[in-house]
Amino acid sequence: MSSLENRITTVVVGGGHAGLAASHFLSERGIDHVVLERGEVANSWRRERWDSLRLLTPNWQSRLPGHAYDGPDPDGYMTMGEVVGFIDGFAARTRAPVRTGTTVTSLRRTDDGYHVTTDQGELACRAVVLASGACNLPAVPATLSEAVPAGVEQVTPFTYRGPDQLPDGGVLVVGASATGVQLAAELRRSGRPVTLSTGEHVRLPRTYRGRDVLWWMDASGVWDTRYDEVPDLTRARRLASPQLAGTPGRTTLDLNALTADGVELVGRATAVRDGQLLFSGGLRNVVSLADLKMERLLGTFDAWAQETGVDSDVKPPERFEPTRVPGSPRLRLDLRGGEVRTVVWATGFRPDYSWLDVPVVDGKGRLVHDGGVVDSPGLYALGLPVLRRRKSTFIHGAEDDARDVVDHLAGYLATRR
Amino acid sequence: MTTIDSIDNGVNVQALLDARETLKGAPEAARFTWRSTTRWENGVHTTSTVKDYFGLGAEHSHKTESSFTADHPEVFAAEDHGITPIEYLLVGLGSCLTAGVASVAQNRGIQLRSVEATLEGAHDIRGILGADSDVRNGYDGIKVTFSIDADASREDIEALVAQSQKRSAVFDALTNPTDVTVEVA
Repeated sequence: MSSLENRITTVVVGGGHAGLAASHFLSERGIDHVVLERGEVANSWRRERWDSLRLLTPNWQSRLPGHAYDGPDPDGYMTMGEVVGFIDGFAARTRAPVRTGTTVTSLRRTDDGYHVTTDQGELACRAVVLASGACNLPAVPATLSEAVPAGVEQVTPFTYRGPDQLPDGGVLVVGASATGVQLAAELRRSGRPVTLSTGEHVRLPRTYRGRDVLWWMDASGVWDTRYDEVPDLTRARRLASPQLAGTPGRTTLDLNALTADGVELVGRATAVRDGQLLFSGGLRNVVSLADLKMERLLGTFDAWAQETGVDSDVKPPERFEPTRVPGSPRLRLDLRGGEVRTVVWATGFRPDYSWLDVPVVDGKGRLVHDGGVVDSPGLYALGLPVLRRRKSTFIHGAEDDARDVVDHLAGYLATRR
Repeated sequence: MTTIDSIDNGVNVQALLDARETLKGAPEAARFTWRSTTRWENGVHTTSTVKDYFGLGAEHSHKTESSFTADHPEVFAAEDHGITPIEYLLVGLGSCLTAGVASVAQNRGIQLRSVEATLEGAHDIRGILGADSDVRNGYDGIKVTFSIDADASREDIEALVAQSQKRSAVFDALTNPTDVTVEVA
């Protein structure tokens, strides 16, 4: 193979917002590189999202190095088509050297760097930036999924496109983070009875004191908190996305809103026994944890507003009704009884490192890294939760992280020349 | 201003935090086995003893053996030598959650003055009597009410109670299914 082998200094795996941000800073430093993309630029946004999805972040917040939203609706939320257009625009503006339709099938260490095998050929390089995403696969609890009777359809956010694709009848949505609450609301609006199985979650109002709640996260500096300043980093990196939806009406989509729409809340799905799905009796606890954490966060926003004088520019502090829980939440649901025709697994996502032949993934499938510097010389990561900052996985979080990581990478190349 | 060092709820939080770090890398040592032995006395009267347990890779014994008498009340046509087994569940839950409150308070630098948990379990005995097959044998609901006097806001106290449930072994055992095997030796 060596006669066919291409040599290049740096390979970026993944042509999404994170990989393209890395490419931008690599170009700025004159480091020759290639971005390998299995599909097209922004592939996951194109192919692995349901039809109605919009970004959780408002348009004005969508920014990449030298590239910002300039449309007529700064407070709106991009549809997936608009996100693809935005990222495509960035790729074109930065003239990113993207090789589309190129899937990396193996990455392994060599004496002087890495050997990259793709379905289009081989590459040798000195440094690699893993920007292949944090959400490549649905994290479905296998023991539960395997025990669901054959007559009940099962979908994940990767296979779900819209309500029309599901059979009529009841739906159980498992998971009440951003994906779960959005799909529960959409399926309920389609006229189906919806039950929502709720474990630990993050509750947020869409707007607070007249501003988007993510404006507060941004302006008050919460999102800029560095990974080495976060008290419990493991927990912060595992935290699910908040109960938010990007809708034209900027409405809050918390459990109270879903209850008002007729969605039935039950506890975390724990086991299937004799065709019965069992739910935890701890629903009140997870709801109370989320209410308390939201109150605490809003309290820090208020304190920040007072300290900085922002108080006079925003509406007065608000407090929200505690989450209502049914008097006796159901503890079991007969999956054979016909009440539920579809189970939607909104139980999270995980990255796919099956192609990574470098021992840098721990027993739980998580990449071992220190702020994106992977424990293997010349190997870097971007776009993972709280990689270097709380905002790391957001589109606007890519810029600062990519700059830092490329700084480190450039230093590495300089010392090893 | 109270500092974390100056408050004392009698919980050695540092030892627990150290254990958490150590056991992260030693999952085998983290495996404990708790045991109890129940002996039939007469009627529905039993005596249970608890002494030994396994953990951190070795056998251990409590400083003293504990003994628990269980029976049923006279309204159940029994002699009432002790509390009913299902009441022991309330004892377990209440003591676990209260211990959790003290630990979390210590970790968060909150001085406790008094903590009292009152537990009520709602139980329809038609289940155990076989009078109605739609009624379950166990509790249909448990209510725990905490009265806590501490140097903290109501919000912080509610957070203590919430966190204590999140890390409670007995709360988990009661709210989530547990695989139970019963055999004849």
